Parts: sequence; C-alpha cells; structure tokens
Amino acid sequence: MSVSSSYERFFDIPIGPQHPALKEPLFLKLIVEGEHVVAADVDVSYTHRGIERAMQERNYVQNIYLAERICGICNVAHTLCYCQNVEGLYDVEIPSRALYIRVLVEELARIHSHLLWLGVAAHEIGFDTLFMYVWRDREIVMDLIEEVTGNRVTSAINTIGGVRRDVKPETCDKCLKAMDYIEERTKYYKRVCKTDPTIAARCVGVGILKPDEAVRLCAVGPTLRASNVKYDVRADDPYAVHDEVPFNVIVYDTNDSFGRILVRIDEIFESINMVRYCIKHMPSGPVRARLRLNPPVGEHLSRVEAPRGELVHYVKSNGSEKPERYKVRTPTFENLSALCEMLTSKGNYVVNIADVPVVFASIDPCLSCTSRVAILDSERGKIWIGSLEELKRLKR
Amino acid sequence: MGIITWSRIRSPWLLHFNTGGCNGCDIEVLATLTPRYDLERFGCLLKGSPRHADVMVVTGPVTRQVRDRLIRVYEQMPEPKFVVAVGACACSGGVFQGCYNVYPGLDAVLPVDAYIPGCPPKPEAIINGVAALLAKLEGRL
Repeated sequence: MSVSSSYERFFDIPIGPQHPALKEPLFLKLIVEGEHVVAADVDVSYTHRGIERAMQERNYVQNIYLAERICGICNVAHTLCYCQNVEGLYDVEIPSRALYIRVLVEELARIHSHLLWLGVAAHEIGFDTLFMYVWRDREIVMDLIEEVTGNRVTSAINTIGGVRRDVKPETCDKCLKAMDYIEERTKYYKRVCKTDPTIAARCVGVGILKPDEAVRLCAVGPTLRASNVKYDVRADDPYAVHDEVPFNVIVYDTNDSFGRILVRIDEIFESINMVRYCIKHMPSGPVRARLRLNPPVGEHLSRVEAPRGELVHYVKSNGSEKPERYKVRTPTFENLSALCEMLTSKGNYVVNIADVPVVFASIDPCLSCTSRVAILDSERGKIWIGSLEELKRLKR
Repeated sequence: MGIITWSRIRSPWLLHFNTGGCNGCDIEVLATLTPRYDLERFGCLLKGSPRHADVMVVTGPVTRQVRDRLIRVYEQMPEPKFVVAVGACACSGGVFQGCYNVYPGLDAVLPVDAYIPGCPPKPEAIINGVAALLAKLEGRL
C-alpha cells in the first residue's frame, strides 16, 4: 500500500498582513516543500489609498502634500519628483540655490533612509544590538533634517518653483560637523558588517539575483546595483544639480543580500560627500521662483533616484488648477517581481523559510508607495497592470 | 490598587498595526522605542502577536482592504485591551480624507482610547500619548 496518496508535497504558508517580521501590511504567500520555498506570491493591496484619484481632485499646491505622503521615508524624493514634474509644464528656470538645497535635503534623506534600512536589516538578521546602535546614530541625521527643513520626517521643503526655506550658515556648519561623525560611525558599521560572522552566515549567498535576471525583471536601485548593473538616475539622467555634484555609482557583483548591505553602506559615504559638496559650493541668491497656480496645457514625466531606486512621476495638465491625470511608478513595485525570483528555489540555489525575512528586507521594501501602480479591485480580487493607453481609456 | 492592576500599568505590551499608512508614523513609533527616546522605560515592549498584547498602536488611514483584518487582530487580543491611534490619518483620515478607499479615522472601525495627532507625531508626542493612556488606565482598571 502506498502512503504517498495521503502525503501532501507542497504547502502554502500565508504571512501577513500583520506579522512580526513585517512592518507594513502585506500578504506574502509562500509555497513550500519541506523547508524550501519553491514559489512566492505577493499581495500589496492593503495600502491602497487611491492617491492618484485624489490628486485629480485637488490643486497643484495641495498635491505637494499628498505626494509627500505617498511614502513617509522617501518623502523628499516624491516631492522632488512631483515639483520637477509640474515645473516641467511651465518651462521656467529654477534658482540654482534652490536646486542645491534640494539635493542637500535629498541626500540627507538618503542617509537617513539607508541607516534606517541597515537597522531594520540587522533586526531581521536577529542582530538587535546593531539595530539599536544604527538607530541611535540615525537620530543625528533626523536632527539635521529638522534643522534644515523644520520637520523631522515629512520635510515639506520642496515646492513648485524651488524650496520653502533657505539654509542658514550656522546650519551648514552643524551639517558638516555631523557628517564627520556619521562618516566615522558608518565606517565602523561597514567593518562590523564585513567581519561579523552572524551577518555573513545570514546574508552571503542568500537572495541571489543574477544580473541578467535583474535587468529582465526591471529591478531598480540598490537591488539592481548589487547585481553588478551600473544604473543610477542621478548619473544617467541627471536632474537638479546632480550633473555638477560629483559622486560614484556603487556596484557590487555578489548578487546577494550581503552585496545589497554593502551597496547601501557605500552609498551613505557618497551621500555624505555630496552633502559636503552642496554646502561648500552652494551659490547665493533666491530660493524660489513664483509661478502661476495653473500650469499650461501639456504633459511631463520626471525621474528621480529615490533611496529605493528609480521613481517616475507623470502628469497631464489641461490648463486648470487641478491635474487631469497623475501617475506614480515607485521603486518597490519594480523590485517585487525580483523579490519573487529571489524567493524561488532553483537547482542548487535553495531558499529556506528562515531566509525569507532577510531576503524580503534586502530589497528595502516600502509598500506604502506600492499599491497605486497596479489597478486593484479588492472586491472582486482582480489585479491588472495598466499600460498608459489603458489608463487613458479608463479615465474616459 | 491591586497587584494585577499594578502589573498591567507597569508593563503594557504593544502591538503595532500599520493599516496602510505612509510609514512616516511607523518609523517614528520605532524611533520612540530606540535608545534616544527609549519608550521601554515605561515597561512597554513591542510584541509580534496580538495574543500577547495589551495595547494596539495603529498607524495610517484605515483602508477598506485592511478593515476586516484589523477587526480580526483586535478580536484576538485578550481583555482588557486598548487602542491608540497614532498620527493624523489614524485620528481622522488626515490628508487622505475623502479618498474612496479610506475610512475617516480609526474610530469608524474600532473604539479608540487615545489619539496622538501629528503628521507624523514626534516621538515626544508619542511618549506623551502613552503616558496619558497609562494615567487613564490607572483610573479605569
């Protein structure tokens, strides 16, 4: 008599939407064979708030604050992208001091985001001491952001036509001093990450994403750069003053979670240097160009390198004070298909259930951005991703 | 004050539930638990399971998709249980008020014991909210 008839080979493990390993509502379905994950599926619909629709009902100034709240962590990238987009409709010159302040705040936010991520990754690995250390030092960057912009998290610095606040000279001195400290601490964290056996055991060879796969699945940001693909919007399609501020695009060829840690740590060093350059080379002058409330008819697309990768905003204006259509494509959504690839065991490459939190954290997931990209119909459980043509048709 | 009430007030365990927020409040809740602000000095501990928790800390606007799960998680918590709404979105819907997929505040779905406004509230405000909740518990338990 065979026993195999009562033996089920594959099991589904549902994770989320509320789970200790997840900080955000997400439903992760893992199909496992024993300890090995053979397939993964992600449902990100829990954070769907209908922002794109709401943007069509509010005017361009109100939308800055809505765009800021697409994601609280990369809010600077979102407002920067939004403001560049709307400014593109006007055909106007933005004062160069404003552009320098934008890059300054953007890079401060990147340092804060990468340190935050390093702490969360350490927490997922089970290394809570590192988590607490990193978050303690991150508070210094938060203080700087508060000093420069007036707010700790949602900075509200970028506005259409420039920035809302000028940077005081004494703030610049504080920034430079703090950058020295952060650089020294980041060097220490890099040494810890490179030498600590726990981190090596949990991350080396875990979450493999080959370069050709990364390109095929449209991975972006540090996830892509850890797969040895040199692509960064700041270098390839410079916006603001990124064509003046020197920096290196960091790539690693390890293709795994460990490489993603190192890419982000090295990017902190690059951001520190960019902050220093911005402060030293900031021209004087006005920080804002005043613009009419309703932009001319037209459409515009703008790209920004958010801490998590390439961020794309699209706007269509019909000449009124509200946008006719607004579209956001966020980095985490692009990385989710790469994530499913990383979570699939194939041949010699095996993903254990215990590796899932580390692999998941390694793409730096920020799901609050994510769910507007697909058109979701939660009532009918139907998901489809619309092309621009389809979206135009739906609009009518 | 009996020993049970005393111990409950001295060790409120938290469950953090993000109902679809922008992560701004979430990172501030986490920052509150890390060394500079150190909420754990009040005996608070962040727990993963609703069955271990006394206080549910809710951040973000309540989306239609997450509503049923939120209620289910709330029902899994043992009595006595308390709910804290952190941030403008959880208090009233905040900037997302009027969006088709968002409820106008957490109190449309669950009974709320303490509101901490702000977008996002500063860690000091969160500590103040937790302290206010603990003072309230002292009277109610």
